[in-house]
Amino acid sequence: MATRYFGQRIKRNEDLRMLTGQALHVDDVDLPGMLHVAFYRSRDAHGYITNIDISAARERPGVVAVYTAEDLGDYWQPGPLLVPPPPNIQRLTFNQRTQVPLAKDKVRFVGEPIVMVVAESRYIAEDAVADIWVDIEPLPAVVGLEQALSDQAPLIHEDLPSNLAAHVIQEKGSYEAIVDQADLVVKRRLLYDRGTAAAMENRGIVANWEVKSGQLTIWDTTQAPIFIRNGLAGMLGLSDHQVRVIAPFIGGGFGPKIMMFYQEEVLLPWAALRLNRPLKWIEDRQENFFATTQERGQIHEAELALTKEGRILGLRHTFIHDNGAYNPYGLTIPINSQANALGPYDIPNYYGEFRVVFTNKPIVTPYRGAGRQHGVFVIERLLDLAAKELGLSPIEIRKRNFIPADAFPYSHDIIFQDFAPLTYDSGNYLPALEMAAEMIGYDEFVKEQPRLQAEGKLTGIGVVAYVEGTGIGPYEGARITVGASGKVSVATGIGTQGQGHFTSFAQIVADELGVDVRDVYLVTGDTDQFHWGAGAFASRGAVVAGSAIHAAATEVRKKILKLASQQLEVAEEDLELADGRVQVKGVPETAITLGQLAVRANPLRGAVRPGTEPGLEATSYFGPESGTTASGVHAMIVEVDPATLLVEIKKYAVVHDCGRVINPLILDGQIHGGVAQGIGNAFYEQLVFDENGQLLNASFMDFLLPTSLDVPRIQIGHYETPSPLNPLGIKGAGEAGAIPTGALFAQAVENALRDFGVEILEIPLSPNRLFELVYGGVEG
Amino acid sequence: MTELFHLTVTVNGVRYERDVEPRLLLSDFIRHELGLTGTHVGCEHGVCGACTILFDGQPVRSCIMFAVQAHEHELMTVEGLTPQPTEENLHPLQASFREAHGLQCGFCTSGFLMTLLPFLQENSSPTEQEIREAISGNICRCTGYQHIVDAVKLAAEKMGGRS
Repeated sequence: MATRYFGQRIKRNEDLRMLTGQALHVDDVDLPGMLHVAFYRSRDAHGYITNIDISAARERPGVVAVYTAEDLGDYWQPGPLLVPPPPNIQRLTFNQRTQVPLAKDKVRFVGEPIVMVVAESRYIAEDAVADIWVDIEPLPAVVGLEQALSDQAPLIHEDLPSNLAAHVIQEKGSYEAIVDQADLVVKRRLLYDRGTAAAMENRGIVANWEVKSGQLTIWDTTQAPIFIRNGLAGMLGLSDHQVRVIAPFIGGGFGPKIMMFYQEEVLLPWAALRLNRPLKWIEDRQENFFATTQERGQIHEAELALTKEGRILGLRHTFIHDNGAYNPYGLTIPINSQANALGPYDIPNYYGEFRVVFTNKPIVTPYRGAGRQHGVFVIERLLDLAAKELGLSPIEIRKRNFIPADAFPYSHDIIFQDFAPLTYDSGNYLPALEMAAEMIGYDEFVKEQPRLQAEGKLTGIGVVAYVEGTGIGPYEGARITVGASGKVSVATGIGTQGQGHFTSFAQIVADELGVDVRDVYLVTGDTDQFHWGAGAFASRGAVVAGSAIHAAATEVRKKILKLASQQLEVAEEDLELADGRVQVKGVPETAITLGQLAVRANPLRGAVRPGTEPGLEATSYFGPESGTTASGVHAMIVEVDPATLLVEIKKYAVVHDCGRVINPLILDGQIHGGVAQGIGNAFYEQLVFDENGQLLNASFMDFLLPTSLDVPRIQIGHYETPSPLNPLGIKGAGEAGAIPTGALFAQAVENALRDFGVEILEIPLSPNRLFELVYGGVEG
Repeated sequence: MTELFHLTVTVNGVRYERDVEPRLLLSDFIRHELGLTGTHVGCEHGVCGACTILFDGQPVRSCIMFAVQAHEHELMTVEGLTPQPTEENLHPLQASFREAHGLQCGFCTSGFLMTLLPFLQENSSPTEQEIREAISGNICRCTGYQHIVDAVKLAAEKMGGRS
């Protein structure tokens, strides 16, 4: 195919709408007679509900309805399991306890909804929430991960014997068999704490039941509109075609917007059917800190066995994962952590074991990286410490352990989150490492460092490597149609949250059909337009939906050539597609436009040949057997202020390999944004819960997100090893930037503080925490 | 029921009169009473900057003001930058954001644009550090700011000849 657009830094098709305030967001939906919803949420992390008094709320003028769990009748059901545990992991136990629409007898985290208020305005709804009295007999809260597993811990789900949500063991080779042969065993306890994605747009839902047409339309800030539709139709007893879910422009997703189901997603459509009026609920920022899912709390014990040359013999890795109060998302996150601890390294023996615990904290589901950070942190930190013991540089120890370029596909003999064996399809790690070392100026910096030290400057350097399983199944699909105007419509179900789908997908189609990239119009996330597919998660949009779109475009191209050949009476081989027309090669005057062809492909009168399908249209699906493995190396130079322990990033370089690149401009943006979130995650963003399960920093005044003054310029180098698993050779890139940053911070800051003998074994850091580590203070 | 306040305000050059509750937030008034939904609300406590508009030419956070405070004042929202926008006639600031890929999900973008418009009118050739300080009160969760900074540099060049 011609590659006029693939690989080019094309400006985005969607920007015009976004820059002028014309992009539709859920809160922009305004319907006649619309009512507004607010929730009374639990102020206690754990306790029995003994009384709910909604009488004053019901009497407030402007209040239309007030609902508790009792009002839901049979509709009150625990939510479905969004991701079941992989059926092919042998040593696995899983205790499913999913969230309920409104808490009934017991509350399990601060912010759990108890009462739903519907009123003529949001202001009145919130007034009515203040009228509600709920009596809760408090129970001790389970906050700590190890505390959750102690014999004395109160039970969060009392029908279970403990707070254990899952227990999984996966092994490759035998760590036990080789540990005695090791020249060096490095063993540490490592911590990663909880943060929140904090997409700039909070969640929101509008539900509209049109009784005369029997149609329920839902606008939802979801990353998975199709499954929301299917699930709601099932729960409400409607046919799939009576329910339309639209995920319009979403103001940032990052993972937490794919949950099934958020309590509000279950409740608003139900109430809209009962009240026969449109309803809107828009989460406010404070609610977002409790009601939207979070991620990252884990405690790891890990040991790495090596030869004296620094070759890894094996890794033993056990950890506890904090799931919050319910576990609708199964084991995706901890399996990612377990798998990513193997990194880009040839590790022959691995013992991986984790326990998942319920705690009295908001629900945990994937947030950009989805557990991969933790695995990277474990292996990279142990390698750094081993390198120190063996007198090797961080670069050298990585070089000695990389999977060699000729060893792909490389199998790790364990099961990944997509239920497929963890196999890396392709990669070449050494050149990426060398490129990153060159870009950051590793050798020059190491020479310069003693002079800087003599000047009293605490400077440090870090270089870390990682892999990311991307582009997993099950599948996505797309329908492509050429219209009478010659414009091309692409419908896919994946949804969009800022990734540039309107452009990168258009590039694929424009190349195949020979049209201007601006003449390709994408519709995504509207189940009336396309209702097959899974959603935007796991860095899979470009790979899975992109491949489906490519396949559909190829089919439409065939139809175009076939019909044009008939119409122009020229052999297909002698035709070419360019400038929105089909023309005879070498005779561009003999041509027909795609618009004209589209009209002729759908005749109003006359006969067509037997077997003819109307239109220049095709629908295709793509389902990869397994994910494709992207990889990269990040490098950073920092300077730490000896008085305040504030870390300043002097230089940051990324070498990234996501196979063939559709649009380098968009890819750079994805990496910049990922790194910025990684920096936030590593140094600013920590949710602090007290011993009662109360979140102490639920505002942007207290939970700090990185600003333009905190994120440095990022240099990016691309290295391409095309994936053999899809025809375009692409791999996912959405999460990559955020994944290795914690490990990188730790290495670079530890290097800067080397004279203090400090080991960095936890993320997030902060100036306060660094001060404690360096100068002593409260133990963490 | 609270007594309503008769509010008169000019937004993007259009004069509006509405009866509003005194407690109605300015951001809610702009979005839901006037239907100018290009102004977005990200935090409702004045930190994220998504709701930034111009109030008599100065950037303010519309989520921490009441609508009644705008009585007899002139406001400008993102919709006022380019009336009837097309790819060709975009305001240079908007065009630069597109060219430099200074937006991803686009939710924070209106706030950045409204913060930057008066900044670039006052400082026609800002340094990178000045740009970073100017936008440090606006949070973007997608871009890592680098392409936004590039966009502002580009806009400064484009707007250099204009006032």
